[in-house]
Parts: sequence; C-alpha cells; structure tokens
Amino acid sequence: MSPDDAGVTVSAGGEPAPVVVPSATSPTDGAPQERIGVYVCHCGTNIAGTVDVAAVRDWAADRLAGHGVVVARDYEFMCSSSGQELIEKDIHDMGLTRVVVAACSPHMHERTFRGACERAGLNPYLCELVSIREQVSWVHTDHAAATAKAEAVVAGGVLRVAQQVPLEPYRVPINPATLVVGGGIAGISAALEIADAGFPVHLVEREPSIGGHMAQFDKTFPTLDCAACILTPKMVTAGSHPNITLHTWSEVTDVKGYVGNFTATVRHRARYINTDLCTGCGICQEKCPAKVVDDVFEAGIGYRKGVYTPFPQAVPKYPVIDRDNCIYFERGTCKACVKFCPTGAIDLEQQDEDVELEVGNIVLATGYETFDARRVEPYGYGRLANVFTSLEFERMSNAAGPTSGRIVLRDGVTEPRAVGIVHCVGSRDRNYNPYCSAICCMQSLKFAHLVREHTDATVYEFYIDMRTPGKGYDEFYQRLQAEGTVFVRGRVAEITDTLRLPQEAAQDGRLIIQVEDTLAGEQRRIPVDMVILSTGLNPRSDAREVARTFGITCSSDGWVIERHPKLDPVATMTEGVFAAGCALGPRDIPASVSNGAAAAARILGRIQQGEMALEPVRAQLDEARCSGCRICNDLCPYNAITFLDERHVVEVNAALCQGCGTCVAACPAGALSSTGFSDAQILSQIEGLLMVPAVDPVPVGATA
Amino acid sequence: MTAIPVPALAPAPPVAAPAAPRHRFAMYWASACGGCDIAVLNVEGVLPLVDAHFDIVFWPAAVDAKYADLEAMPDASIDITLFSGGIRNSENEALARLLRRKSKLLVAFGSCAGEGCIPGLANLSPLSAVFEAAYDGPGTDNPEHVLPQPMWTAPEGELDLPLMAPLLRTLDQVVPVDYSVPGCPPESARIGEVLAFVVEALEGRAALPPVGSVLGAGHSTVCDECPRTRGVKHITSFRRIQDVSPIDPDLCLLEQGIPCNGPATRDGCAARCPLVGAPCIGCYGPADGVVDYGARLMSAFASVVDAQEPAEIEGILDGIADPVGQFYRFSLARSLLGGSRAARLGR
Amino acid sequence: MSVTAAPRPALAGDAAAPAASRFEPLIIGFTCNWCSYRAADLAGTARIKYPPNVRLVRLMCAGRLDPTFVLKAFAGGADAVMVTGCWPGDCHYREQNFKGLRRFLLLRRVITALGIEPGRLQLVWASAAEGDRLAHEIARIVEEVRALGPFEARERVTQAAALAVPVEATT
Repeated sequence: MSPDDAGVTVSAGGEPAPVVVPSATSPTDGAPQERIGVYVCHCGTNIAGTVDVAAVRDWAADRLAGHGVVVARDYEFMCSSSGQELIEKDIHDMGLTRVVVAACSPHMHERTFRGACERAGLNPYLCELVSIREQVSWVHTDHAAATAKAEAVVAGGVLRVAQQVPLEPYRVPINPATLVVGGGIAGISAALEIADAGFPVHLVEREPSIGGHMAQFDKTFPTLDCAACILTPKMVTAGSHPNITLHTWSEVTDVKGYVGNFTATVRHRARYINTDLCTGCGICQEKCPAKVVDDVFEAGIGYRKGVYTPFPQAVPKYPVIDRDNCIYFERGTCKACVKFCPTGAIDLEQQDEDVELEVGNIVLATGYETFDARRVEPYGYGRLANVFTSLEFERMSNAAGPTSGRIVLRDGVTEPRAVGIVHCVGSRDRNYNPYCSAICCMQSLKFAHLVREHTDATVYEFYIDMRTPGKGYDEFYQRLQAEGTVFVRGRVAEITDTLRLPQEAAQDGRLIIQVEDTLAGEQRRIPVDMVILSTGLNPRSDAREVARTFGITCSSDGWVIERHPKLDPVATMTEGVFAAGCALGPRDIPASVSNGAAAAARILGRIQQGEMALEPVRAQLDEARCSGCRICNDLCPYNAITFLDERHVVEVNAALCQGCGTCVAACPAGALSSTGFSDAQILSQIEGLLMVPAVDPVPVGATA
Repeated sequence: MTAIPVPALAPAPPVAAPAAPRHRFAMYWASACGGCDIAVLNVEGVLPLVDAHFDIVFWPAAVDAKYADLEAMPDASIDITLFSGGIRNSENEALARLLRRKSKLLVAFGSCAGEGCIPGLANLSPLSAVFEAAYDGPGTDNPEHVLPQPMWTAPEGELDLPLMAPLLRTLDQVVPVDYSVPGCPPESARIGEVLAFVVEALEGRAALPPVGSVLGAGHSTVCDECPRTRGVKHITSFRRIQDVSPIDPDLCLLEQGIPCNGPATRDGCAARCPLVGAPCIGCYGPADGVVDYGARLMSAFASVVDAQEPAEIEGILDGIADPVGQFYRFSLARSLLGGSRAARLGR
Repeated sequence: MSVTAAPRPALAGDAAAPAASRFEPLIIGFTCNWCSYRAADLAGTARIKYPPNVRLVRLMCAGRLDPTFVLKAFAGGADAVMVTGCWPGDCHYREQNFKGLRRFLLLRRVITALGIEPGRLQLVWASAAEGDRLAHEIARIVEEVRALGPFEARERVTQAAALAVPVEATT
C-alpha cells in the first residue's frame, strides 16, 4: 500500500492514521461542463437521403445542451475543406473544448477531423467521429428509425467525448533494417527496392534457394518469356547485393516488439554444408547415392539427391543435406559427399542455429500452395497416371526439367496425341474454394501453346469463363484460338479411363473427358491421352501459424487480410508488418512485383522519417490502487506487463502495449485504465446510446 | 387503593462539565443484524472516547429512544449519524429520510447500508417468496398460514406494521450520503481510527474529505495486505475449500483453485480471512471507482481461466457452484441489475 | 392465507400500444475495431440492409469487454446485448478474444442465475470480411429479442412504483 496524500493525519501516539480514500467522482457530478460542437454531415444524399440531418442537429442542440453541446451544425460534406473550416472556426470563436462529427466511419475520416481540430489548437484526441453512414443511413430503410438511431449515436458520441482527455501520440524510432519473409518474386522485388535505396534487408527463405514458384515455371504469359531468364538476374542481384543478407533454408520462429523495433528470431536450419568452404561445384550431388522424388521443386515428377540444390541457378549456390533421406543420418554409413568434396565443406555435425534480427519493418511475401487435385476425386489425379497438375506440366515443359522439355506421358516416352486442359480445378467451387484463382485461365492458355510448340497434339481447353484482363492477355487468348485450340465451354464432370459407349472401343487405354458443352448444348465424351488440371491457388497450409507469429490476421480462406482492400492493399492491420504477392491472394507476377515495390515504398517512407507516431491508446496503471494480485500479468500477448517483486505492483511498458484493453477489463481493483477507451468513456457512450428509445417504424398494416 | 410507597432515591452524583465540546452522535440500524453496533462497542477504548467527545442523542441498539425525540430535534443538529442496515421497509426509509434531515454528516455504515450486504440477497426472490420462506416454511408451525399484515384491527384498536418494499435498497439509493465505512462489520480498529478522525475534523483540526469518500479502508484491494505469495494466474479448476487438501498456507488461495474475492475487495481489514486460510468473501466491498463489484470479480476470474475451447471453459466454470453468491454476496443490492428478474417483477 | 405484492403499477414508458405496431427492441452491440466493426462498415459499404434496433459501441478488442458494460446496458434500458469480435484464433491482438469469450461465458451464467433469458446476451464472431453475415445475425437477434419482450430493468420497475407496496391478504 502506498501512502495516501489526501487528508492523512498522524495522531500523537504515532498510531497509523486512518486512510481516507477520496472516492472517484461520477462522470456528471460537479465537473465544469465542456463546450461541445456537434457537426452532422449530409455526405450528399448518402446520409441525408435517409437520416433527417436537420432534425438530428436540432435534437442535439436542444436535448444535449445539458450535456455540454453549445453549437450544432449540419453541412453537405464535412470532410471537405469548407466542412473542416466550420469546425476550426467554431473552436476559435466559441472556445469549443470537444468536437463530435456525425458522418462516415472513423476508419475513413477520423484522421481528417482530428487534423482539423489540431490545426485550430484543440488536442486531436478530443474529437470523436461517430458513424451515421455505414452504420445507419446505408443499412436502414426506415427514415424515422434511422433518424432516431442517428440521434442516439450522436448522444453516445457527445457523452463519450466529454470524458476524453488530451493525448499525445507515442513516438517511436524506426530501425532502418527490414525483414522480408519469402524469397519469391514478390519478396525479391521488395528486398531489391529497399536495398537499392541504401538500407539493409534480411531476406528469409524456407527453401534452400530463393526464387519461389516462379523459378519452377517454364514460360510466363503472355510474352512467353522464359521464367528463369527474367527471374535469375534478379535472384543473382539479390544474392550478391551488399545490402541484402540472405537467410535461406531458414524460418522465422518468433517476432517480438512493435513497429520500428521488431526483434525476429530466425532459425537457420543445418545445411550440413560449411558455406565458407563450399564452392558450389556440385560433386557431392553427383556422387550421392540417395535418390528421392523431388516433390517440391520438381512437383513430384523428378528426382533429386539426398544432398542437393533445388535447381542449377540456385541462389545461394550452396546445397543442403536432406537429413530425412540421407543414408548417413539414417544408418551412419556412406559419407560419399564427405569423401568427394574437394574443399572439405561437408559438416555433418552442424546444428540448427537461431539468430536474432533487429528490424524496423517486415514484409510477408510467403506466397501460395497449389490446390491438392486429389481432393477432386472425379478428376482422377493420383489414380489415373496421365492426369497432371499445372506445376507438374510446368516442370515437364521446362527444358531444364526432368523430361528435358519433352511433353510425354507418365511412361516417359509416349507423346500425347490429344491433351485436355481443365480450368478451375478447386476454384470457383463451393465444395473447395469459392474464389477465382486469377491466373489459371492465362496459365491454361500458355499450356495450350506449349503443348502445340512441343508436339502435334490436339489441345482441348475446358473452361467456365475466359478471364484475360491484363495487358496483352486477351490478345493471347485470340492467338491461342488462331493456333487451333479447341475451346469447350463447360465444367468437366469426370475424367475416366472406363469406356462406356460401344464407339469408344478404339480409345482403350486413353482417358475420356466427360463434359457438358454448354455452347453446343450437349454432353461430350472426349478422348485424350493427357489431362492437365489447372489447379487453383491455396494459401500456405501454415498461414494461420505464420499470421500468429507476426501478429496479423488471415481471412477465413487463409489469405492475409490487408488494411483496406482498395486503398491500402499491401499494409496489414499491424503497424510495421506489410504483405506482398500471393500471400494476400491469387495474383499474377506483375501484381506481385507491384506489391513488393509498394511495400518497399511504404517502408522507405518510414525509414526516411526516422520515427513514427503511434496511436496513444494504451493501458495505464494507477500504482496506488494496484494490489499486486497479478491477475493481469499473463494476459498480455506483447509481454507489456511485468511484476515488480520488491514493490508488489505491476508495471505497464507503454512502448510494448498495443492498447487492446484486455488487462483493463480484467483488473479487479480498477487500477488499470485505457487512455482512449476508458470505463468512463464507454459507460457514458452506452448511456448516450440509450437516450433515444427504439422508434416504431411505420406500423404494420397502417395505410399511407 | 393505597399508593405504593416510592422509595427515596439517593441524589444523582454531580456530572463534571466536559472539558471539550461534545458532538451529537447518532447510530441507527435499519434492515440489519446489529453486528455494526457491536463492532462500534468493540472499539478499544470506545467508552472513554465516546464519553469524552460525543453526546449520544439516538442509538436504539444501545440506549433507549423514541422516534418523537428524533423528530423534535432541529434539522442538521446531529453532528454525525452512523446508519447501518439496508432499506427494506417503510420504517427504514422513513428513518433514513429523517436522519438525513437531522444530521450534518450521514455515514452509510457497514456493508448493508453501503451495498445491501446479506439482506440484499433477498433481492433474488419476489417478496411473496420471502414471506413464504420466513413465515410459512417447512420449519414453521403456522397451520393457518398467517402472514404479517400492514394493518390489523384488534379489540384495543388499529395496529400497523411497516410496509415492505419489493426490493432492498442501499442508503444512498434513498437519500444523499456523505461518507461510507465498508465492512461486515467494519473492523473495530478501523472504526476507532475513523471516530478519532471525525473528532479531529469536527473540531477543525483536520479537513473532511470530499463527499462520497470511503473512510476506514484502503485505496487498493485485499491482495495488498495479504501476505501469501502469488504468481501468474492460470486457473485450471475452481474447487470448494473443503475439497482442497492440503491447503498450502503460503500460496495465494486463488492460485490453489479456491475462489477468493480478495482481488476485487477493498483493503483495510488486514486480510484477516486469507491470513487464516479462509478465502475472502468480499465484505469490504469494491475498490475506488468500481461501478459493479461482481462484474469486476467475474471479469478477473474469467480472464485467468486457463482454457480456450468453450466446453473446457464451461467445465472449469462449473467449479463455481453458486456464481451469484460468489460474485454478489454483499453487493447485490448495489449492483447494476440489483437483483433477480423474479424479484423485480414480483413473481 | 397467502400474500402477494400489489400488481405492478403502470410505468411512465408504457404507452397504450397502437393496434398495429409492435415492440421494437433496443439492443447494444459491442464490436472490435479490427474485425466486427469493420464487418459492420463493410455491410454499410455494400448497402446490406438490417433492422435499426442495434446500436454499436466500438472497442479496440473483444478483450476490452468488461461485464460492467453489459450490465450497464441492461440497467440503462437495453433489451439485449450483442457481443462481437474476431473469430477465435484470428484476434488482431493474437488471443485476446479468448479472454472476452471466457468473460462472456461466466457473465451468461450469472445473468441466467438472475433469471434473465439467455437470448438477451448473444455472442457473434465476425471477421472484417463478413459484413453480410453480421447483418444476418443482427436480423436474427432482433427477432429473437422481439419475441422475448422488453427487459424489465430495476429503474423501469421501481421508478414509478411507490416504495411501500401494500402487502395484500388473499384468502
């Protein structure tokens, strides 16, 4: 118990004086009243078309005068400069101490009106924006009910704002180092932009090499550029850039801190290769006797060794040993790599190593996974040998792939005479993923072209819609039509090797695609030798764990949620953590590159400013009231609350506190309060919201 | 009939004139148990203290008095009134209003007047059920189901009883109150300090705190005074004290799964109960600025339940056998809801 | 002889109900800044219509939800309270909505023990993308509460009632 300093007397005998406790005064008793201005926006007809704004204005001026309202106005567009000037003028002329604006959502214009108040000399946190648009005029039809609700919302705002106190934003320095998670094209783009601007970047990649999915592709649409040719120069630049530190075969395991001051723990998994000695000569791979199916880079249709680099142009060039498929780690024998390595770079004793990186900002560019085509049982992937996925086909078509670029069936020899390409596998489907995967139409057209380039096969494309929105995309579609591709508009029902009709006898051994041709209006059974399933894009299977590690959220689909889908597509809700590329959702390469550059631009802006102002919504402790019960102690996911053993109280670190208010709600002594969402503020708002009864809409059955 | 002789009484000894001014003191018990009066009488040195500084003008528990005497006093002529007990019937209310008029300082004394305390738990039942339980229950021999009536005509005249209100209210829900002293009862040592302070204040040597202040208690909660060690809280079960064996004498009771209301209860009692291994039941009421005691306690307990799945959470919460009793034993009348729906509706 | 309290006196707010109108519940909804409040905004941007009976309070997180707020709403005239937040596991502040959930479950036990119909305290998880769903849930809750009728808060009941309710004898 700390000493009370109000009214304590010590009696002559030195006995402890009674501790006289002044009670907290209730919100509305005795305190001098604020001078509150209320501004009701029409937003054109967006609000005024449903809410009687003049009535709300008059009601506020009349009914809320006793709660401090000294002026109430309405205006067409409060967010305009004239609208803001109304507020500024009233602050000057009428000595307003608080402002309430009834308009759109605080997520739209809270900053605008706070700025107006600040310019007029009023602390911006004494301004409250209440929504009567998104939450009233846009969602209700009955004018009387909407007006009554708007009045209540205004009352809630007025009573709340009277309890608000001036606050100063919390300024934090920005560490100029950046962490980019994911070494695909989006991550590489972000890293290069920041590094070229002169600031350090840590690029963390889970696989042994950067490059991502783009490195697996053969050609890119619509230009048919070789993917490796356009990607590898960027990979090389990133690998040798003085400002970029690559952490490959690594993962971020923990992130602590806040914008400008993150500490990320990165686990460097043991490669079992000493990178100081390795020259990338490749002899170890050559000599390694362990051969396994490469189900990552080669999409399961090729092999690699137990010690391997995923592809020849890997950056960095150092291989890794896959300990699950290494004879030495299994049985203790072999060690061929050790024997043959000319520089003695194999280090089988190597351990995983954790490093801590101090960074100011983070870009999540973790990409996507492809939809597991086995889930669509009627398509027979995994059961029928010659049904391939899109990634398998990319690898097949790739000159550096397992078939050296030959388009052949699973037997590795036979060229197909007819190929069917199926769109929307796992996409646009209530049973799997409802969304469109954005790139599969173009990808399918590309496949059709590649098949024709390598073989004489007839190519069928089975599509629902042809989605070709980008530059040169529709022209590409037209080209493919000119190339003689057969387009069938219909969703493939089944791919089968079971012959059903007598005339199919000649097709024994082939695959039959059963589809309704919706343009021709008939069911068709089309024999082909090879089927390519254009599988959709899925979020990474560990998206939720990753989100939790970085303190961001994913949608129910699993894609990272951006701060605003239209106006802020690369920021997340967590200050300092950005996202780029397919981690946000399916998109093509130009979009991923743009995302990476956009995230970099945002970060460079922050770095250039050197510090950032954070919202001052924080938990605050009244130490005199804290009893050290420690109920709050473990409630903070940011570890902002520590227990001070000697003083028997807790302490809140304002820099770590993110302002969620959980500890405030939990404190049984009421010793913790929230600066922007205090009990008094919320309770007053509730009181205000209940001031206006729910209005009967026009009675049921009444005439006129 | 011859008069009965009245024995001559010895003359009363002369009363020495008091050296210091004596302040007019009243204490009343409304819907109460009398424990607060006993607590005052238990204050060490109370008799000399009172004798030196106070004139007891009205204290039905200790000295005889008639309401007419009280009514006859000038308004604001009582310097301080300690009012214990909740307001449940018309007599309680009448006296509350009367004493407010007649007193300079009116103190809600003890948990009943401050929060409703145990009598406030009657707010869980409609009045009819309260009467049934009291007068017509299985342990009562009342074959004609006689229940108290407000008015009864006897051969000698009309008799009346106070009317019962549908709910019990706290003192400050009826009249403005200057200060409150919490506890059930307030610790006698604290009462002594308050009385001494009141003397200082009434005699101008100390400043009275702002109206609404709490006297005789601390700023914080019982945990502040409790000597038990405490760690971070991860409650995996709540158990009744008789089911926990052995009870660690040094460790926080809540951490041992025994629901202890100490974290939400104002300090000042020297944590007597946890000190001897009994969980705090909350008689000192809420800490400063708390609107609803039970809500604070609920929030605290629930926050540290160590489970995420609803089924698991419910399993742990099942360990609190009587949530209303746990969270609102003393504070139901003062709480935001004030009682049960049935009590409010009277059915 | 049994005793009953006098019938509840008419309250100031009891207007004689017009023949064709019906009870309009007044519901307070607590939303979290990152998910459910944004869902409500999204419902607005998409012009999805729902009944006007719910009035929203914005908190930063469902973890800020103090049972005091809920009880204050009931005591102040709300007929029901809706608590919303991010889906468990998706909380912007990592796991704070679990604390909110635990408080909600305990509060529900207490108000049920006090005789309040559990339908008056509802929990809805909604992510920022689920404007449609939130609107749908609001519409459902409004109808459920309409069927329950007005909530009889203490102030409503005792304000107009005289202190002394005569205890009448019934034979």
